[in-house]
Amino acid sequence: MTFDEALNDALLVEMRRDSSVVVIGEDVELKQAALFKEFGARRVRNTPISEAQIIGLAVGSAAMGLRPVTCMSFSDFLCCCFDEIVNQAAKMSYMLGGQTHLPLVVRCSTGAGIRAAAQHSQSLESVFAQFPGLKVAVPSTPEKAKGLLAQAIRDDNPVIFFEHKLLGRMEGEVPAGEYTLPFGRADVVREGDGVTLVAWGRMVPICLDAAARLSAQGTEAEVIDVMTLTPFDEETVLASVRKTGRCVVAHEAVLHGGFGGEVAARVAEKAFASLKGPVKRVGAPFSPVPFSPPLEDAWIPGADCVVEAIQELL
Amino acid sequence: MSMTRDEALKIYETMVRIRTFDETAAALFEAGELPGFVHPYSGEEAIAAGVCSELTKDDCVCSTHRGHGHIIAKGADTKRMMAELFGKVSGYSGGKSGSMHIADFSLGIIGANGIVAADIVVANGVAFALQYQEKDAVCVAFFGDGASNRGPFHEGLNLAATWDLPTIFVCENNNFASTTARKTAMRIERIAERAAAYGMTGVTIDGNDPIAVKHAVRAARDRMKRGGGQTLIEAVTWRHHQHFVGDRHVYKNPEEQERWLSDEMDPIPRFERVLAARGLAGAADFADVKKRAEEELAAAVAFAKADAYPSAETLTDCVYREG
Ligand SMILES: Cc1ncc(C[n+]2csc(CCOP(=O)(O)OP(=O)(O)O)c2C)c(N)n1
Repeated sequence: MTFDEALNDALLVEMRRDSSVVVIGEDVELKQAALFKEFGARRVRNTPISEAQIIGLAVGSAAMGLRPVTCMSFSDFLCCCFDEIVNQAAKMSYMLGGQTHLPLVVRCSTGAGIRAAAQHSQSLESVFAQFPGLKVAVPSTPEKAKGLLAQAIRDDNPVIFFEHKLLGRMEGEVPAGEYTLPFGRADVVREGDGVTLVAWGRMVPICLDAAARLSAQGTEAEVIDVMTLTPFDEETVLASVRKTGRCVVAHEAVLHGGFGGEVAARVAEKAFASLKGPVKRVGAPFSPVPFSPPLEDAWIPGADCVVEAIQELL
Repeated sequence: MSMTRDEALKIYETMVRIRTFDETAAALFEAGELPGFVHPYSGEEAIAAGVCSELTKDDCVCSTHRGHGHIIAKGADTKRMMAELFGKVSGYSGGKSGSMHIADFSLGIIGANGIVAADIVVANGVAFALQYQEKDAVCVAFFGDGASNRGPFHEGLNLAATWDLPTIFVCENNNFASTTARKTAMRIERIAERAAAYGMTGVTIDGNDPIAVKHAVRAARDRMKRGGGQTLIEAVTWRHHQHFVGDRHVYKNPEEQERWLSDEMDPIPRFERVLAARGLAGAADFADVKKRAEEELAAAVAFAKADAYPSAETLTDCVYREG
């Protein structure tokens, strides 16, 4: 099953399981046609172009016991409902002393690579990882897409869910029926003792590619898929770095101010004695995503950048 | 409204050039030659051509994701537009923008926009500057029926009316926002009715008739000059294509689609009949305009294809202005 099919499957299973789950968004009637066919307009709600209202609807209805899953299309449009996500959804449980909690999901497609230019290509997960009250999930395979989305729906907190555009057609084995993956537990997707590669989303297959190339040169990289930035599984990363002594964090978002800095700081603070060199970061240049194919290709950090960063450490 | 042959033919030519540009772009995209997204304006040309026929060089326009028509009508060079669609260095943004963010400040084209309704509030900013600088000019905000359901539309109309800004709001009601039919996204039949809520005039016009469009813009401008406030023009139309080229969703009623694409409704043959009936132009003129548009576009495509890609060194240029 593909990554996109796995996401649809998670929704289908969770909607059958729990009648409080509703799907809200622009064009969902056609874009989630299978769900619409089964659950109809009562549970699959096509909205006007009204991002603030979509998230507002999720906040209010989640407070009243529904489990809204919003489909926001491009993650860039989250900027049109930043208040509803950051000032409302993220803070309501805390501000109200726990009187309510908000089991809502904000699904969006993320990342560059389809020549969609600056307003349809950003990676914003680092931004949302900064807000207490939000959880941030970034799947890297069809199986994880299903397990993490199902978990996001069951989680009692607002979850921002980033689906990389270039992973949509990725094929993989996906467990049938109910299937969840816990938040805050990173996955060691490749074992090695030469260097620790930390990544999420589409950067995971890119790091695996880099690891395969390094293997041919005699270095075995351990690749960790963190899966959720918030909550962040620090222990798995630290344990790996204590073994390998080297660490590279890679993400597609711009390097400056990215979540890679957070990972690097934690490793430096807590595994300093094990480090044989500085923690390296890989990320995009400090610019919006350009349109022109050669520029966009140069902008996206790929396996070459990861290999280069590791070689600087060896 | 009386029109000279030159005025009429200019509007006709603009419509044909827009159609030719977008049909060319659509074909190139279908053939896999163009990257990114193309949102064709075909079917809506009478609006851009009619509106911009009333604008001077000092007037500005703010546009949308479906912006090629507005940009051509305001005078943009199709060679540089096409180069931008290909991501080439001679494109309007040096390849940084692609189809969705083309601008030419020298012509008052403040830019197309990838965020629905975002251009409405920006247009007010442009209008505020024009007002502040005491320029005799207006800013037109183009947007769709779908955009009128977003907050920036409502904030924008309210502020323009309250501050008496020289903004003209042109809602291109093509009856769809992506796959969503307008009727399922608002309770009212006429978007122009929303104007009343903000204390401005709302008019609904035939968006496939460039003369009606021209007339509405002139009236809006006159009203503003007389101190009569702002205008929301709802131009009713239909987009011929899907939301973007390559979109395969099915949601249009095939009979309605056929009717709107018929010679009777298509704005270009419709306008030809008007021009012929008024004795302003005839078949030979139309053929000549079409031939020149084809030649112009063939040259634009050849130019864009031969043009170089930007070098990787330009990647982080223009993020900030130096200094
Ligand atoms: C804020 C925002 N929400 C959603 C989108 C995705 N989107 C792009 S165009 C479009 C439909 C716009 O409809 P309308 O305003 O009627 O203009 P039309 O495409 O019909 O010209 C949508 C939903 C977007 N670009 N920006």
